[in-house]
Order: sequence, then C-alpha cells, then structure tokens
Amino acid sequence: MTTDSNAKAYWSATLGLLTKVLVIWFLVSYGAGILFAPALNNISLGGYPLGFWFAHQGSIYVFIALIFWYAKKMGEIDRRFGMQED
Amino acid sequence: MELQTLTYLIVGASFALYLGIAFWARAGSTSEFYVAGGGVHPITNGMATAADWMSAASFISMAGLIANMGYGGAVFLMGWTGGYVLLAMLLAPYLRKFGKFTVPEFIGDRYYSKTARNVAVVCLLVASITYIIGQMTGVGVTFARFLGVSSEMGIYLGMAIVFAYAVFGGMKGITYTQVAQYIVLILAYLVPAFFISLNLTGNFLPQLGLGASLAGTDVSLLTKLDQVVTDLGFGKYTTSSAGTTLNMFFYTVSLMIGTAGLPHVIVRFFTVPKVADARSSAGWALVFIALLYTTAPAVGAMARLNLIGTTNTAVGLGTDASGQMVVKADVVKANGDLFAAESSLKYDERPDWMKRWEKTGLLKFTDKNGDGRIQFYNDATKNEAVKAKAEAAGWKGNELTVNADIIVLANPEIALLPNWVIALVAAGGLAAALSTAAGLLLAISSAISHDLIKGAINPNISEKGELMAGKISMAGAIVVAGYLGLNPPGFAAGTVALAFGIAASTIFPAIMMGIFSKTITDKGATWGMLAGLAVTLFYVFAHKGIFFIKGTDFTHLIGGANSFFTITPEAFGTVGAIVNFVVAYLISKMSSPVPAHIQQLVESVRVPKGAGAATGH
Repeated sequence: MTTDSNAKAYWSATLGLLTKVLVIWFLVSYGAGILFAPALNNISLGGYPLGFWFAHQGSIYVFIALIFWYAKKMGEIDRRFGMQED
Repeated sequence: MELQTLTYLIVGASFALYLGIAFWARAGSTSEFYVAGGGVHPITNGMATAADWMSAASFISMAGLIANMGYGGAVFLMGWTGGYVLLAMLLAPYLRKFGKFTVPEFIGDRYYSKTARNVAVVCLLVASITYIIGQMTGVGVTFARFLGVSSEMGIYLGMAIVFAYAVFGGMKGITYTQVAQYIVLILAYLVPAFFISLNLTGNFLPQLGLGASLAGTDVSLLTKLDQVVTDLGFGKYTTSSAGTTLNMFFYTVSLMIGTAGLPHVIVRFFTVPKVADARSSAGWALVFIALLYTTAPAVGAMARLNLIGTTNTAVGLGTDASGQMVVKADVVKANGDLFAAESSLKYDERPDWMKRWEKTGLLKFTDKNGDGRIQFYNDATKNEAVKAKAEAAGWKGNELTVNADIIVLANPEIALLPNWVIALVAAGGLAAALSTAAGLLLAISSAISHDLIKGAINPNISEKGELMAGKISMAGAIVVAGYLGLNPPGFAAGTVALAFGIAASTIFPAIMMGIFSKTITDKGATWGMLAGLAVTLFYVFAHKGIFFIKGTDFTHLIGGANSFFTITPEAFGTVGAIVNFVVAYLISKMSSPVPAHIQQLVESVRVPKGAGAATGH
C-alpha cells in the first residue's frame, strides 16, 4: 500500500469512529436528555424519572465512557495503520 | 474553634501551599512558561484542566441555578461536560500534534494569514477578559463573606497570590497549583454534599441520594420536592424546562462548543507529552469535572428542599437535639397543609444562618401580611388553585428572596454542619476562582507575548526577551483583571454567556474546519470568524444593550425578545457558529484554493506519527 492511500484509509477509519461516538453522544444528551425526556420520565430508575436522570446524571457518565473508548480505539487504529508515535 | 479563626487557618494554609508550589515550579524557558515544558502526565493535566475549567461560576453559582431551574439546569450540566467529548475528538489531539504554543498560532499557520491570526487574538482576548471579571468578583465576594475583610482587600490579596505563581511560574507554576486547587475545591464541594445527602436520605453518596427515598420513609426525595414546589406554585422540579425545547437544544450546543473552543482550556492539552496523551487526558479531565458536576444536581435539589423545609414546617424537615438537620418521617408521610397558619416559620425563630446572610443583603425578608411568619412561595404563579389557597390563608405575597449564589456558600450552614466544613467551603470557592483566573491570564499573556509581540511586532525577539515579555504581559493582565474586578462594569453578569458565545461562534469553528477540511481558505476562515462574531454580538447587544450599556438595547428592531425562533441570547453562539461555517464555506468556494504546502500541513496534523514537543518555531 502506498503511503498516500494508507493515510486516506487511516483518516476514513478515524472519521468512522468519530461518527459512531458522535451518534451516541447525541442520543444520550440531546435524545434521552432533551427530546425524549418527557417520554422517558414515565420510567423510573430508583427515585429518578429516567429522562431527568439522563439530563442531570446519565449523560455525563456516558460522556466519560465515550472519551476513554475513543482513546482506546484510536490507539488501535494508530497501530493498525502504523501511524502511532515513536 | 471560632468560625472566623478556623477560616483564616484553612484559607491561609491553602494559600501557603500555592506559594510553596510557586517557589518550586519557576519557569526558566518559553517552553516552560507557555506549555510547562510539555512533560505533564495526562492524569495530572486532567486534574489541572478540571480546576482550570471549573470557575467561580461552577463552584458557587451552578448548584443555585439548578436549584431554581430544576430540570432545565441540565443545559449547564450537559453543556459544560459534553464539550469535552468534542474537545477530545475534534480538537485536542490534532492541536497537540501541530505542536505550537497558542491557539491563534494554529489559526495563523493553517490559514496562512496574519489577518486570521490577529482576528483570532481579538476573539481570544475578548472571550478571556470578559470571563476573568467573574473570577475576580468571585474572589472578592468570598473574602467579604467568610474572612470579614472588604471585597477590595480580597481582590488585592487574590491578585498578589496569582502574581506569585503565574508571573514567575507561567504554565508550569499554574499547572501544579491547579492540581492543588482542584483537591481543595473538590473536597470543599463533596464534604458538605456527603453530610447533607446522609442527613436527608441515609445514603452518603449524593448521586445515589438524589434518587433515594427520604430517610425513614418510602417517599422519594424528588417526588417530595416535586410535590412541595408545585403546591407552592413553582414549576415542577423534574420537568420545568429552560425555555422551549429548541432553546434548550441550542443552549446546550452553544455551551458544548463554547467549552471546546475556550482557549485557556485548549492550551492545557499542549502540555502533555504525546498525541495519545491528549486524548486520554481529556477523559481524565472529565472524570475530575464529573465528580463535581454529578454532585451539583443533588446539592441543588437538596438545598431547595432544605430551604423550603426550613421556612415551612409541614414539609417534614427539622432539627434534632444536637442541632443536626433530620427528616421527620411521620410529618413527611402525613403530607401536612403547607398553608396552615402554624406551618410557616416564625421570623423570630429563624435559624442563625438566615441572620448571617441577611446582613449581606443576599437574603431578604419582608413581612407583607404582618403575621411575623415567613411565607415563601411563588406569588406570580398561574395556578389558580394555589392562588386561592394562598389568599384563603391570608398570604399577601412572597416574603423571602434568596440570591441563587448563596446556595452553595450557605449550604453547610443550612444543613447545620460543623464550622470546619464552612471554612473549607471558603477555601474551595477561592481555589475555584483563582485557578480559572490563572488559566485565563496565561491565555491572555501568551496571546500578547507570542502572537502579537513575537508573531506580529518583533519576530526576531530572543527567547529570553520573549520570556520577559510573557512575564510582563502576565503582570499587566493581572492588573487589568484586578481593576475590572474592583470596578466591575455594569454588564458583569451577562459576560460569561458572551465569552461562551464568542468561543462557540469564532474559535471552535475555525479550528475544527482547519483540521477536518482542506478546502477552507484564508479568506473563508477570516470572514467566517468575523461573521460569526458579528451575528452573535448583534443578537446579544439587541437584548442587553450595545456593549452592555443600559438603555441601548434594541429588541424592538428585531421583533421582540428571543424573536429568532424563541432562542435566548445565551444560546445564540450556536447560530453564530452555523453562520461561521456557512460563510467560511461560501467564501472559500470563491477564493483561490488552499496552497499545496498547507494541504500537506493539514495531512500531517491528522496523524500522530512524528509528533515532537511543542515549540515556538
């Protein structure tokens, strides 16, 4: 594989991962926390209405998990395409 | 020990610690001054970023805002944390790979344009300076309330401390003091929250307590809170929204991309050794931030219940023999009449903390119906049933006003916690304000010494000369910040929203397009930033006055307040960002294409391989 096409493949793998993360990021905050919050509030999580929980707690936990998952996956992508730092 | 003495001791000890670090971590090179030498461990940087990011607003004001807004407070919770996902994926690792000292430098190089760099410097300065005013006034307020000195004296003291470690230590000194400040502020936030959650729910973790039942009952805390606030005519706590759904949407986007675009946060990621570290470090930053941000909703909700419970005995909160706040299970279950005459607290029997805060003017009581008791309810409610009940009970309007900012500061007193906890909160408030102020000062001084002096005025300046210029700009910035803190312009309250609006509508789109597009040109980026800035300023000024001067607002010209699809000025950064993207795209189509060597630069920024330490060349 030429360096040029390798770089292209690396970048499209990066963008693929990025899209996945952004979809989840959007679904937990704007989806569960805002748009679907009224519907989710009919379900309860302990004493929390579920929509309220996502808006005030859950989305933040998911954000943390997303960043670490992204960092791990990017490390794998770096190595797969030989783009890691020396 | 006396509260005053204890406060002096704890605040004094924390200041001694910061000064000790300042002495140990002096900066000897521009690399140490701008990026702490580039060798900061990702977890250390995460902790420093958390302190850098969490300001007086996060520590002092946010829980109070949430207490008043209820569910709608989620715009702050999600907006100020979700931005880190964007920062970790869209900006931080690539800027780290680029490997220079400042944000405007990236914009100048990527868009091969001194004009673009200078526009970025202006946006950075406006955003950072408006932001710093809030920190200085926060320092003043905390000093005035807890240490019994005037708020002017407080600001001078705060300036002196920041001067010691920021001027001599630069980013190196700031990094390690921020780590210490994080530990102080998080302890100060969590300890009272643990106590309060334990008292109310029997569960010491506030994150679980907020979803638990009130101690000794099977009534969930949120159910009780919802019931009490709606009975008193307020909006239901768990569902009351911040404006329309569309506004909540835009508000959250604006805070998220504003967070990701704030230069003083971005530069923190220039200090880690590797690109991979920049990614994980953003995760660690969010872990440390989340400790406070997942606690704040509990602090807000519990403070709201405590406050109403203090003024209305039918809620079912009271004190035991030792003065500790306890839940009276039988009263909670009985759902007593909040409007019964004897339910309202007698003014003469009000707790000590109310007396103390009355003196500051942040808490006010006026006995409108002359019964010597405190009636605390929403007298502007549209709920006819509540109105009728209040009238029948002889209530003549709400009698208690409480400034939202005292929720966190007074929280330990409201819950009758020991004096050392109150003293710790004072140290925490100061740590939050000083750590953010220092980060902002560094962003300001490096924009001046590196982007303006070295970049535009005197490119041949020696490293020693630039380091000296950096220190002098830092000292100058501290004096300006102190002056603005002592003489806060009338618009101080509206300025933090403006800082986010500017970061969201100018810096974030410019950097993001610089990395993810190879076709955005110098002219595209420059006009994009200017257009984003212009529409954001236009909408904010329309609501708040031109340059925030009273009486110069012109909402009538744009068809009334929030006329643009119900969006409030605080949420308008999102619209500014969209305008920036569109203008940049269109102008780039019309201007001559991006030169080949710049396209190669973008390609090299996209891959981690070959990253060196950040440099000034």
